[in-house]
Amino acid sequence: MPLATSAPSDSEGSSERHSEMTHIDGNALAGQLSDLFAFDLTTAIGRCVNCGTSGMIGAAMVYVASPGTVARCPHCGAVLATIVETDDRIWLSLAGVTAIEVAKQS
Amino acid sequence: MSDALPPAAARTAWRVGTVVEARPETGSARRLVIDVPDWPGNDAGQHLDVRLTAPDGYQAQRSYSIASSGSGTRIELAVDELPDGEVSPFLVEDVMVGDKLELHGPLGGYFVWMPQSVTHDPRPVQLIAGGSGVVPFLAMVRAHADAGDPTPFRLLYAVREPGDVFYRQELTHLAASGLRLDYVYSRTAPRDWPVPAGRITKDALAGFAIPASDKPRIYICGSTGFVELIAGWLIELGHAAGDIRTERFGGQ
Repeated sequence: MPLATSAPSDSEGSSERHSEMTHIDGNALAGQLSDLFAFDLTTAIGRCVNCGTSGMIGAAMVYVASPGTVARCPHCGAVLATIVETDDRIWLSLAGVTAIEVAKQS
Repeated sequence: MSDALPPAAARTAWRVGTVVEARPETGSARRLVIDVPDWPGNDAGQHLDVRLTAPDGYQAQRSYSIASSGSGTRIELAVDELPDGEVSPFLVEDVMVGDKLELHGPLGGYFVWMPQSVTHDPRPVQLIAGGSGVVPFLAMVRAHADAGDPTPFRLLYAVREPGDVFYRQELTHLAASGLRLDYVYSRTAPRDWPVPAGRITKDALAGFAIPASDKPRIYICGSTGFVELIAGWLIELGHAAGDIRTERFGGQ
């Protein structure tokens, strides 16, 4: 589990899966969200408060930029969710999502 | 949405795995097999997070698609090294057989393929990979072959040059047994290749992809720029947005 050299934290998100200028998919939030929910929120269906479109959270447009992550509706661009994480706390807002539909554990 | 909800995925957790195999995949990528004793199995197309911790406590974490699927406790990754990356250079250059890695997974039920016996969906499947975006598709084409699944599968694999192709031998083998496989080379094509190297065009995509009239389910994985380009053209070619699932890994 070693990481050879320490890098300044502002380089987080600048490479590999993340780029501050482009977006990725809601699917990429699975790890972060699994710390908070007992089910896979990325396969849950959520309705956008702004435009009313329903879709899987995994299909949201996700922008990763320090200090937080913003998920936007792929149809209207409204903010669905924001996640801000520090070393010991997570703040989650789902203010742009309503009527979440989840598969029951079988 | 009309999509059926997939079965709830196996509970995810942080786990410790041991690298049991490491070998070069291409000039810049490496294939790793990791044994994770408490791995609950994973679906084809799922990913995991790898976390590295420096002696001073600094941590870096990145997501990687899993090239394997099923109930086993050995998982396979193929990692492309990004020169300015924080995690991939370690996985490609430094990690050795016997080393332990912190893994979080399996993750994500959105970008997965399930056999027809589960989905009861007979529509064909079109996979479109840009570079190392082929990794989740390895899991899918392997699962498809192993299950003897009757769903028509076609893979379009866009790479810069022949030396960048991941899993070439295995893909060639799968192509001989039912997978339709097409390569597009953007920088250098093999000698005698019928199509000159160059960026993929909408016409080429139309020629290599299952037509919209067959209503394929489509998965696209690659850099954000690649995925945007391909998904946009597919919509213009008449495919329904709801039939397209994407996995962008950032970048241009």
